[in-house]
Amino acid sequence: MLKAFSHLLARDLRLAFRSRHELANPLIFFVLVVSLFPLAVAPSAELLQVMAPGVIWVSALLSVLLSLDRLFKQDYEDGSLDQLMLSPNPLVILVLAKVCAHWLLTGLPLVLVAPLLGMFLYVPDEAIGVLMLSLLLGTPVLSLVGAIGVSLTVAVNRGGVLLSLIVLPLYIPVLIFGANAVDVASDGLSVRGQLLFLGAVLALALSLAPLATAVALRITASR
Amino acid sequence: MMVEADSAHTIPLLETRQLECVRDDRLLFSDLSFTLTEGEILQIEGANGSGKTSLLRILCGLRLADAGQVLWRGEEVSVVREDYYANMIYIGHLPCIKGDLTTLENIRALLDTRSQLAPLDEIEQVLALVGLAGFDDVTSKALSSGQRRRILLAFLLLAKARLWILDEPLTALDVEGVALVETMLLEHRLAGGSAIFTTHHGMQLPCAMSTVTLGRAGNQPC
Repeated sequence: MLKAFSHLLARDLRLAFRSRHELANPLIFFVLVVSLFPLAVAPSAELLQVMAPGVIWVSALLSVLLSLDRLFKQDYEDGSLDQLMLSPNPLVILVLAKVCAHWLLTGLPLVLVAPLLGMFLYVPDEAIGVLMLSLLLGTPVLSLVGAIGVSLTVAVNRGGVLLSLIVLPLYIPVLIFGANAVDVASDGLSVRGQLLFLGAVLALALSLAPLATAVALRITASR
Repeated sequence: MMVEADSAHTIPLLETRQLECVRDDRLLFSDLSFTLTEGEILQIEGANGSGKTSLLRILCGLRLADAGQVLWRGEEVSVVREDYYANMIYIGHLPCIKGDLTTLENIRALLDTRSQLAPLDEIEQVLALVGLAGFDDVTSKALSSGQRRRILLAFLLLAKARLWILDEPLTALDVEGVALVETMLLEHRLAGGSAIFTTHHGMQLPCAMSTVTLGRAGNQPC
């Protein structure tokens, strides 16, 4: 079972590295959107510092949202998804492997590049760590919850809008607490509460989202 | 004792009871019951749109029947899913092949989802058998669609499942490919395996073969 997990994870990572242009898309989108803000709004340090947590978090969220399609679309179109569903291994484990691969390819790069963008928007040094930590806890939730939405919409032609409608409301708590953590940390206050909340949401998503995704995939295949 | 042995013997490998399939308010088939025993090869016939693919997807549990049951060794498929899937292989219309992976990686990936391992020399042997010798390091997007189908044939041989469910296995194959599938089915049958397949081609198998024909009563609006 563990082997099935690691093999599928390795396969997805290998596939992603074979088509690198796609791999860089979410990251480039993230960097571009964040760097547009100082151009559109006045580049004053105070203003940017106030906006920074929200801007970075919203950009990260949209960047993950745009990349969600990649999670199951290709496998659905070439029939590999059927083979996954016909595996003697539990579908939940395979789903978890795919979500892990998705996070490693989209969420993790965002976490790593975030400090740079934080400095760009005058986030104080002491809040940079919290920015990374909040993204580290928050982006896996975005991938996990997004997987439920994708598995429901993968059979729908141009299901992008539908996907956003399903997934965005579920992203809101993560967005609020993630951005708020960075905001509060910039003021030099304790962010224990926010981070604990994000951790709790991650634990919840990690345990329930793969189950929901597996069921949603079976429903999608049965049409 | 005799009765017990006898009853155990008569439990078919796969059995359907009063299957019904409705698609877009059209009744494709209803009250479809048949059995498949070990070593039996069953062909599903029917015109385009008569529900052959839907039937196969119902048989392997991907699609839900609108009524009726599919039984694997006498038990409902959804109950014994793990055992059923460990012994069954379904190959549909879609290639299940990743263009960015090589032939070898594609085969390994397909076997991995079934948690099956195959040593390299065995894979190479089978690749030679299906006419893909020397193609193991070629990325699959460089292969023709017939060659991609042959990768699936290699997977089918390597996975050694007891039951094959094949949807149009002859698609995109040349004359030799068709002959290859015929021999594969025969050898599979001789080894005690069973198969269910659909095809438009008139396939000549020298072994006894049962047929289920769809669309005689069906295709009427309901």
